[in-house]
Amino acid sequence: MKRIYAWQRDLLLSLVRLVAGAYPVCHVPRAGETQQIYFSNHTSHIDTLAILAALPRSLRDSVRPVAARDYWNANALKRHIAQKLLNVVLIDRRREGDGDPLDPVRDALTKGHSVIIFPEGTRGTDALPQGFKSGLFHLASEFPGIALTPVYLENLQRIMPKGAIWPIPLICKVHFGAGEALRATDDKSAFLTRMRDAIVALAPSACSD
Amino acid sequence: MPELFWKLIAGVAGFLAVATVTGAILAARPNGKSATIVNLNERIRAWWGMVAVMAIAIGLGETATYVVFALLSFLTLREFITLTPTTPSDHSTLFLAFFVAVPVQYILLGINWYGMYSIFVPVHLFFAMSLVSALTQDTRDFLSRNARINWALMVCVYGLSHAAALLTLDIPGYRGQNALLLFYFLLVVQISDVLQYVVGKLFGKRKIAPVLSPSKTVEGFVGGGALATLCGAALCRITPFGFGAALGMSFAIVLAGFIGGLVLSAVKRSLGAKDWGSMLAGHGGMLDRVDSICFAAPVFFHLVRFIYV
Repeated sequence: MKRIYAWQRDLLLSLVRLVAGAYPVCHVPRAGETQQIYFSNHTSHIDTLAILAALPRSLRDSVRPVAARDYWNANALKRHIAQKLLNVVLIDRRREGDGDPLDPVRDALTKGHSVIIFPEGTRGTDALPQGFKSGLFHLASEFPGIALTPVYLENLQRIMPKGAIWPIPLICKVHFGAGEALRATDDKSAFLTRMRDAIVALAPSACSD
Repeated sequence: MPELFWKLIAGVAGFLAVATVTGAILAARPNGKSATIVNLNERIRAWWGMVAVMAIAIGLGETATYVVFALLSFLTLREFITLTPTTPSDHSTLFLAFFVAVPVQYILLGINWYGMYSIFVPVHLFFAMSLVSALTQDTRDFLSRNARINWALMVCVYGLSHAAALLTLDIPGYRGQNALLLFYFLLVVQISDVLQYVVGKLFGKRKIAPVLSPSKTVEGFVGGGALATLCGAALCRITPFGFGAALGMSFAIVLAGFIGGLVLSAVKRSLGAKDWGSMLAGHGGMLDRVDSICFAAPVFFHLVRFIYV
């Protein structure tokens, strides 16, 4: 990545820290620089930025958020941020033509990049995630060697509730959990439920269900 | 900036250096891994950072001081609102609190409009924010939701900004030295907190309000408070006050600061937390360190203004 874009990215992420705090909370020691699929609950527009801001600077070049093309293609600024600064893996939310929406993610993983995905597929309004879509299951079965790291974003749903235009500043925490993997005994729905539970387990007790 | 200011900063740095060496010696002893000593050393390290930020801000002049205090208000307000339960309908009100209340209050200080900054939060914003909140038509817990936000603003914006407002006072015979007055105020408040903590740890037996704060003791308050008041009186040369007046002023600061700590502990407990945050290692949150400033600043500011301006 060009140095000027790396600076712009770090400036943007510093701004995110000023507004949202985005303090990392590691429930287990960090896995270091190994390739990971980070999967997280999704409650606001700045979730992606919050996770990146909470990761060590050395990882920011190789961790790529997966996000919807229709959102990040909406204007020049968003395009700039998505393509030049964050190296976003853009996917089509609606299946158009014959391509599988997950193909760009497969590409990124094959190249050795880590990715951040939101398995709910859309933003929720509650602190805890809704049911997961099957993308995570497909990736886990096709790339069994890559660790699946659950991430719980605490408080972000308060920063920008649905319909809000501007964020309000609050201290958010980004909880990183222990690596998960697909087990031989898992069928699709059991696996997806187990992954959702892995995120819920990271939530502070006050908001567990 | 008066040379005296930098001499005082050097004095504080020397004091911290002694504390750092003492902390290192304590940590090297066999029982040096105890929680109290680890916490003590964390606190001393954080003090270096806080003193450096304040010295640079005040040293750079009024504008830099206002900017740093505005940032302090912003960060403490963020801690306060994070712990306070809010609902999505509070969003617009909170937006006003962060992005209108904080900058406008400090701009009013910057242009030295006393008649406005002294009532902006409790009068103008009180009405404006209540209106914005009413227009959302969410009547659930309306009163308590708005009371919380107004409380947060009074503490984090109104209270804190009155420390920086000391720079605006035009005291005859003391022109150009207001930075020393701000330094004096911050020093007395903080040294009072430190001495009450230390004396309480050494001799504390009777707790003043065990439900609110297990670390506040009668012995700590009386002993630490008296020592801090004497410190304040001894520093009368850097103030516009004589020895007796400085004694009275520092006593007022100590008392108001103590009340601030106690009241904000009650608020904190009611929100179910032990610390306001985790920004300052060993101290807790930012608001854990400046709670006494928030209450003592308006009291000291108005005392000085009433008697000396």
